Amino acid sequence: MIAAFSFTALAAVFTALAAAPFFLGTYGTGFLLGLVGYVTLASAWALFSGPTRYVSLATVAFFGIGAYTVAVLYETLPSWLVLVVAALIGLVVALLVGLSTLRLAGVYFVIFTFGLAELIRQIVTWYEVNITGTLGRYLFVDYGPEVVYWKLLALCAVTLAIGYLVKRSRWGLALKMIGDDEVVAEHCGLPTARVKLALFAASSVIITLVGAIQAPRWTYIEPTIVFNPTISFLTLIMALLGGAGRLWGPVVGAVPLFLLFEWLSANFPDHYSIILGLLFIAIVFVLPNGVLGFLEEHWTRLRANRSAKSDLEKREAG
Amino acid sequence: MTLTTTLIAGLVLGGTYALVAMGLTLQYGIARIMNLAYGDMIITAAFAAFIVQALPSINPLTGLAIVVPGGFVFGYLVYVFLLSPLVKRAPNQAALEVDSILTTFGLLFVIQGVLLVLFGSNYTSYTFLNVPVSIFGTTVAANRLIALVLALAIGLLFYALLTRTRWGTALRAVAVSPQSAQLVGINTDRAAAIAFAMGTALAAAGGTVISMYQTFTATGGVVFTMKALIVVIMGGVGNLLGALTAGLVLGIVETAVSTYVDPGLTLAATYTIFLVVLLWRPEGLFGRRVR
Repeated sequence: MIAAFSFTALAAVFTALAAAPFFLGTYGTGFLLGLVGYVTLASAWALFSGPTRYVSLATVAFFGIGAYTVAVLYETLPSWLVLVVAALIGLVVALLVGLSTLRLAGVYFVIFTFGLAELIRQIVTWYEVNITGTLGRYLFVDYGPEVVYWKLLALCAVTLAIGYLVKRSRWGLALKMIGDDEVVAEHCGLPTARVKLALFAASSVIITLVGAIQAPRWTYIEPTIVFNPTISFLTLIMALLGGAGRLWGPVVGAVPLFLLFEWLSANFPDHYSIILGLLFIAIVFVLPNGVLGFLEEHWTRLRANRSAKSDLEKREAG
Repeated sequence: MTLTTTLIAGLVLGGTYALVAMGLTLQYGIARIMNLAYGDMIITAAFAAFIVQALPSINPLTGLAIVVPGGFVFGYLVYVFLLSPLVKRAPNQAALEVDSILTTFGLLFVIQGVLLVLFGSNYTSYTFLNVPVSIFGTTVAANRLIALVLALAIGLLFYALLTRTRWGTALRAVAVSPQSAQLVGINTDRAAAIAFAMGTALAAAGGTVISMYQTFTATGGVVFTMKALIVVIMGGVGNLLGALTAGLVLGIVETAVSTYVDPGLTLAATYTIFLVVLLWRPEGLFGRRVR
């Protein structure tokens, strides 16, 4: 009953969001587009990093791969095929990273992903300067921002659905166990490396697609623009604020932080990285399980107190 | 460029990498903090050296006497206020690792933001001791040679301190087993704070040396962190002499790649080394295989 109700409510929300471009102007659509982009990025990040606690710092590496693939191929291939190619490149890079690090301790994975964006940025720059002889590409497509927005919204729905299905499946349990204690998981006979690799690949492909879909929004693309480390940083802080271990956590974190980021970059363009950095540290200190984890903890404690109190009152009355 | 020239240029570059990697190996090996803001601490020291050398009657070498203690104090404060609460809260090493990674990742953006506000995003540099010195028939700039000498001197000094003194033995005990170290009366929290501060002091020394012969920007920290991390893993976590050797190796490989292949591909070369180490000997070239 409750499940049916929340499904209907969800469908209504997504329908309303899909219809929004007809009522909002160009600015409003662009704003929603950015928001849905970050909600998708944070949810895709949490798909792998939430339950396993393997902190991936490579979000912008995959995002940039997606965006750059579109910039290179959009004139020669139909747009759906470009997305497929981008997803495949993202998949290959994810498998390469995963195969070389996910069999080892988590810290190797973190280190590898930390420099990955810078590595790919330098390789792309080198390739463009030495082989094609130009740096920076123009990107003109024949559709407006609302088409980009609808594609992103669809990807966002798919991401949340994958998150929901994974959580309810054996894979979700396996991931949770890996996050709690990897040694125990291995002793139970879980193929931990394979589970981690599969989920990391899925998460990376989604992030690559976000970059690929959003690319036409820039019209001019350069390695420093699409490999901007702020994107990795924002994705991470959004997922952490809401609670990376929960399906709706990244959504809850992404909405207020996107609003804050828009406001900060408009009003304090020079200082926003300091403010966001401090906020990030504060979240790690105060809300280690995110807002949803915090609420859940206090809610159960409050209810436990209340029921204990009413029990006491009943006993006193009786 | 002849082979000897490449080798010497590589050794000199590797000296700087070794110097900064030794600091990171102290922080991760003893204090058990994975510090992703390490490169930004190096850049901060480079800017500090840039300011200090502009003062009358101070050159970058005497400036080390200001910047390095400054780095020690900064590292100590960061540990006590930012990291020590996380160490106390963490139920196990894995949880502390995640927390320290996240906190220092946030710190990275704070430091970078402050540097951007103070100095802007332009490349900064100054000239110091840019005179040619001739060794083994090739010429090297004196400022680069200083980096190598400093790296070797500091590396051997710290090695002697850690292996020959009672105090160093206590630090190594903490590195091996923080729980057992407490049982024999070692204050692990204090040891970790000092190791972290010493690591930051080495980062400050490295930053000063880098500022003598390289241009640097506020956003350049990530690459230094990355290279230092790769050297630390190559040398084996907590192994000072390993870091020293691995740093020199990385310097030679990078110089060879930028001389014979292309200067734009040095980070790709660094990553290739990292990949090989990960696939072949993840415990480090000089580490013992743990089963």
